[in-house]
Amino acid sequence: MRKPFAIAAGPKAVGWACLCVVFSPVSRAFAAAPLNYLTSAGVQGDSVLPLTWGVTIISIAVIVIIAILVAGGIWRRPGLSVQPAGRRLPVEEKASGLNWIWIGVGISSLVLLFMVVWTMAVLARVTSPPTRPALTIEVTGHQWWWQVRYLSRDPAQIFTTANEIHIPVGEPVRFKLVGADVIHSFWIPQLGGKTDAIPGQTNETWLEAHKPGIYRGQCTEYCGVQHAKMGMLLIAESPGDFAAWRAHQLQSPAHPATGGQWAGLANFTAHCGACHAIRGTDAAGMVGPDLSHLMQRHTIAAGILPNDPADLERWISDPQGIKPGALMQKPELSANERASIISYLETLN
Amino acid sequence: MTITDYERVPTVSTDENQALADKFKRLWETKPGLAGFLSTVDHKEIGIRYIITAFGFLIAGGVEAAVMRWQLAWPGEHVLTPEQYDQLFSTHGMTMIFLYAGPILSGFSNYLWPLLLGARDMALPRLNALSYWIYLCAGIFLYAAFAFGFGPNDGWFNYVPLAARPYNAGPNIDFYALGMILLGISTTVGAINFIVTFLRMRAPGMSINRVPILIWGTLTASAANIFAIPAVSLAFFLLWMDRNLGTHFFDVPTGGSALLWQHLFWMFGHPWVYAIVLPAMGMVSDGLPVFCRRPLVGYTVVALATVATMVLGFGVWVHHMFATGLPTISLSFFSAASIIITVPSAVAIFAWIATIWTGRPVFTTAFMFFTSFIVLFTIGGVSGVMTGSVPVDWQLTDTYFVVAHLHYVLIGINVFPVVGATYFWFPKFTGRLMDERLGRWNFWTMFIGFNLGFFPMHISGLLGMPRRVYTYADGMGWDWLNLITTIGSYVFAVGVLLFLINVWKSYRRGAVAGDNPWDAPTLEWATTSPPPPYNFVVIPTVASRHPLWEDRLQQHEGEGSHVDAGLVLDHDREAIGTSSLDATPDIILRMPHDSYAPVILALAVTAFFAGLAFHAWWLAALGALVVGIDIIGWLWPERKLGETAEPAIHG
Repeated sequence: MRKPFAIAAGPKAVGWACLCVVFSPVSRAFAAAPLNYLTSAGVQGDSVLPLTWGVTIISIAVIVIIAILVAGGIWRRPGLSVQPAGRRLPVEEKASGLNWIWIGVGISSLVLLFMVVWTMAVLARVTSPPTRPALTIEVTGHQWWWQVRYLSRDPAQIFTTANEIHIPVGEPVRFKLVGADVIHSFWIPQLGGKTDAIPGQTNETWLEAHKPGIYRGQCTEYCGVQHAKMGMLLIAESPGDFAAWRAHQLQSPAHPATGGQWAGLANFTAHCGACHAIRGTDAAGMVGPDLSHLMQRHTIAAGILPNDPADLERWISDPQGIKPGALMQKPELSANERASIISYLETLN
Repeated sequence: MTITDYERVPTVSTDENQALADKFKRLWETKPGLAGFLSTVDHKEIGIRYIITAFGFLIAGGVEAAVMRWQLAWPGEHVLTPEQYDQLFSTHGMTMIFLYAGPILSGFSNYLWPLLLGARDMALPRLNALSYWIYLCAGIFLYAAFAFGFGPNDGWFNYVPLAARPYNAGPNIDFYALGMILLGISTTVGAINFIVTFLRMRAPGMSINRVPILIWGTLTASAANIFAIPAVSLAFFLLWMDRNLGTHFFDVPTGGSALLWQHLFWMFGHPWVYAIVLPAMGMVSDGLPVFCRRPLVGYTVVALATVATMVLGFGVWVHHMFATGLPTISLSFFSAASIIITVPSAVAIFAWIATIWTGRPVFTTAFMFFTSFIVLFTIGGVSGVMTGSVPVDWQLTDTYFVVAHLHYVLIGINVFPVVGATYFWFPKFTGRLMDERLGRWNFWTMFIGFNLGFFPMHISGLLGMPRRVYTYADGMGWDWLNLITTIGSYVFAVGVLLFLINVWKSYRRGAVAGDNPWDAPTLEWATTSPPPPYNFVVIPTVASRHPLWEDRLQQHEGEGSHVDAGLVLDHDREAIGTSSLDATPDIILRMPHDSYAPVILALAVTAFFAGLAFHAWWLAALGALVVGIDIIGWLWPERKLGETAEPAIHG
């Protein structure tokens, strides 16, 4: 069911967008900060953004007013600049000064009440998505990566990937969040706020992107030594592109073409398969990220390294050098074995 | 009719003669040397120890912060390993929040309360000594673990399951949990002492509407601690049992709850935030008017606002948990409460501003710290309101915005008033004034450094920088902000160093202060600087809020306050017990002499906890045994204290 006030976000968002254009140097700074939440590319973000800016501006105004009042009070009637020890100085109570409190607290209370009402209005708007989501994605936080599972009533439509989430633009998507080990927090700031992924309970949130793009996400609940390097990407794409991606993900990756790649698969299964899974092969580990269609991803190691052969080589050679304390141990591989594994992984389109 | 020594009509003296002073000195003075050091129950001695110990921990926490800021000054820095960084940020939080911010205020209040109230000591002097010794032992216990690489490494709020055995196998969390329970004992007995002292030890005539605001601040904080500490001690005890005895309170796979920890922790944690700012706000409410040469505007509403803040402070803990998936209805309630709690703070802010506007400011260093605090308090307050708004908090939480907010609260509302209070009361503590010229340098370095260092954290937070990260990647838009933060925090550290230099220099060679260098109105300034062990030769009688300004304000009742004529009470260590509201004299109290019982008890309790930590059950048993014996000895009825049949003095 469509909620009427969801439509109201549209013109407001345009207004705020205009304001951002006015402050274009500021918006450039935002653009250079991919995790900033002072701009928005999603429906939930659009509803919250005016409130974020509103309370920020009110806060700055309050600070300026109080600072002026304090400075004014100091410079208005300055007494001595030093106090000679023990000298008696005049003491007087000419004015009670209580009006300051009544007026100041009165105005403050009105502003605070306004903020409460505004908060409640926005909260009501973002609590549930504007329309019933057609797509549900289960995201499980692990130390220190994200497992992403596309749910469906039809078991044949379910598949698992890691660290990169694809969603179609223009429709809300439901996220079910779980913590596999400790508490993590799921956050794509350009699209919406945080929701914790807690062991033993399933939290829900929703996001809707209104324009295609690659949005950065980050774990924001301290979850151990590699909390800092637990990123992810959310790729919002047109419904057509999304459908194509999804269809491709559902297939098993193509078999290796060359003997070297076959050797790579064998080595992968022997050395990596206890933790990692690749659909259609004997590698079926559940501990680490599913690597089927690895080459479709922009990054590796939970959003830390670009996904190119050189960085793949770096990562496999020394995961502990890149993410000290990560649960992936340095594999005992000869240079040849490593090269064969990389040549095989590069086929996983 | 038989009356006892405790019901006799005490002598009244109208002159402070030397013979009487000598007699009191013999009765109240602590023995010199190690014996006196270990056995003293003098609140001033204990207060100074608290202050010095707490500043020691402030320096330790500051060094930890400086190392972390080096690591974060540039993206991808490598001076610390992730594990080292995690222990540092956790230990830094633990140190500043538990070992500095609370105890420093206990120190000031311990020293000042009896003087402000016109009393000879706290109500329970031996408990006071115990509170300090346990604090010291808990601090050493926690830092000893840190020194061996077993400091807390799961953040100061120590969320489970990360802090549970499967994800944190080392002894780090066991030390943290036991150390926190130990520290909780200190805070609890200290809080009880403040409450009893308030109810029983005020000078005759000091009805509750005449006590300084610092008294209200520490009183409400103490009352809050009585209710808040059990939650966190319980949480840590359950965690310790989970980790060591195989219970399942927080163990999710066997039906435990991860969120239970967060509720228990924040039911304590948020009231604690107010407990470590309200006494500091009280310091400003009492100190600022002295330099504005007028009484505080709105005494009654400020006192009520202090209490109201604390009461409301128990209803906002969930704002630390907005992202945990709680139902919208409870989010709404806690969001509204978290925003509305600002109202009593606004009362205090406008009371201070009005005091400045309707007064005539004297520009001392203390005044500068107190007034700058008003602005810093406002910044920390409004950023708190922002995090109280649920949808906004879903973005702000766990980013550097919150780091900025909590440092404006803890440094702005605790450190700045404390440094100002040191400039203000240092002459009373030592008899010497602090250097005002160095004071200016100190103030401006701290003020500029603090804002330069911590204000940009708001912006790095708004630009998405998560908290508790040991490093960050290039190209996230945070590089310059972090470099500025590091530079600013180092400037701030230089400011703190100037403060310490000033303390040392003034202690050695400062100008002699006299009894009342600021011409201030309250009772602590009526005695010598530093005060004698017995505080006052005769117990003052109070007739207004400003006993030493009565000649100029003319607001007192009857013939006015007496500070040099009053009850003598010289049969032994004696104090006057007064009624809880109007402070009418009620009974003569026999005060205990110096005792080793507190220090022995503290050591025994610490041995008990160390035994638990090392699974050295014999040590735990031995500690428990000594605790039992010590408590029996402590509570053994003493005739001198009126705990046995009372000696009759009249037939």
